[in-house]
Amino acid sequence: MSLQLDFPAVLERWPSFLAGAALTLELAAFATVLGALLGTLAAVGRGTHNALISGACKVYVEAIRNTPLLVQIFLVYFGLASLGLKLSAFTVAVAALTINVGAYTAEIMRAGFEAIPRGQIEAAEGLALSRLQIYWHIILLPAIEKVYPALTSQFVLLMLASSICSQISAEELTAVANYIQSDTYRAFETYIIVAVLYVILSLIMRAGFWGLGLVLFPRRRRLGTPL
Amino acid sequence: MQQNPSPSEPIVSLRDVQKSFGPLRVLDGVSFAVERGEVLALIGRSGSGKSTALRCIDRFEKVDGGEIVVCGHRVDRPDVDLRALRQDVGIVFQSYNLFPHLTIEQNITLAPCAVKGMAASQARDLARKVLAQVGLEEKLHAYPEQLSGGQQQRAAIARSLAMQPKVMLFDEVTSALDPELTAEVLKVIEQLAADGMTMVMVTHEMGFAKGIADRIVFMHRGKVHETGPASILTSPTTPELMQFVGTGNLKS
Repeated sequence: MSLQLDFPAVLERWPSFLAGAALTLELAAFATVLGALLGTLAAVGRGTHNALISGACKVYVEAIRNTPLLVQIFLVYFGLASLGLKLSAFTVAVAALTINVGAYTAEIMRAGFEAIPRGQIEAAEGLALSRLQIYWHIILLPAIEKVYPALTSQFVLLMLASSICSQISAEELTAVANYIQSDTYRAFETYIIVAVLYVILSLIMRAGFWGLGLVLFPRRRRLGTPL
Repeated sequence: MQQNPSPSEPIVSLRDVQKSFGPLRVLDGVSFAVERGEVLALIGRSGSGKSTALRCIDRFEKVDGGEIVVCGHRVDRPDVDLRALRQDVGIVFQSYNLFPHLTIEQNITLAPCAVKGMAASQARDLARKVLAQVGLEEKLHAYPEQLSGGQQQRAAIARSLAMQPKVMLFDEVTSALDPELTAEVLKVIEQLAADGMTMVMVTHEMGFAKGIADRIVFMHRGKVHETGPASILTSPTTPELMQFVGTGNLKS
């Protein structure tokens, strides 16, 4: 039995691959930004003294972390449809991925918030800063810096997991691959190319987060020491 | 709302203050007052309640009973305007608590800009001025971890000074420092006293307390056990203070 690979037959579809990869990256970018916001708010909410807000944030985080992503995507997809909302597959995919990664972000950010020494907050209170100012100036960036590796891994994971959105016919990379392999009967070649493209997308995201880290953490850039 | 006490009114006054942590009675009817320009040293054994008393002044602890008035703010009341209170009161901690992700300049300018709405350029001038006061002008753009413990504590004092408080609280600010670094921090505090700053300090530096304090409050088991001018350290009247200074490091 010999293995015969015919890449040219598949590679002539490279515009489709590129379009799929671009859409995957776009999905990941939207879900990362929105998920980071949602997750940070949920982490703050979880830490408030208001039992209702704190409880709601806990239910959200636990509900998402204990159900499969595919089921969540279907819930959003069919749920919004049955409410009469006609949204594009892309919008539904962004919404579902945001809700999903937001829950994981919330847990990671909570760990970051808890790693801020009590004395930092007392010093800020002693300087008459408001609660919001303390979160913004004293807690947020050091918390992010402490959990930055975990946080960025989660967002790369999200980009990889977005392949599941092919199930609701969002035209991202995996959906494109499914289409090409059924068209060319060259499944192995197709998914090899797709795998390589996902690796490249991961590297692009990691480079992006590295650059963002340089902007966000000037102390680390200058001293090179962990916080 | 800014309340200004009349000149005759003390800057800080505690009257019959009660405070318990669970079943443990930490403050059991503590009363003392600090006049404008006065330096008051709170001394006593570990666990005598002196740090708790100090933290009550800036409402880092809520009292169970009694009355605390600080620069006209009724600190014992639940509706006290905490942010207004803390603009009038500066506090420096044993562990410095500089913000590690900000430069010394940013540490100092943050509160004047965020709380008082000071313009950035004006705040930077202010940072230079207060850093000069503590002898650290050259550390303007350093990060806290690049400074020694003594320098960090002086920077923390400068950060408090930038808010132009009416009274400064010092909570065992030299306890984490070796004798040499302790001396450089104490020198800064001495200069503040000479400039007329009203101060309340919890300290284990008996020699320093004796040299700088206008009044000593010796706390024992949650009560003010003995109080008077610095001379009570050399001629104590109660056996507890006698034992405390006898075992302490009374160097001058």
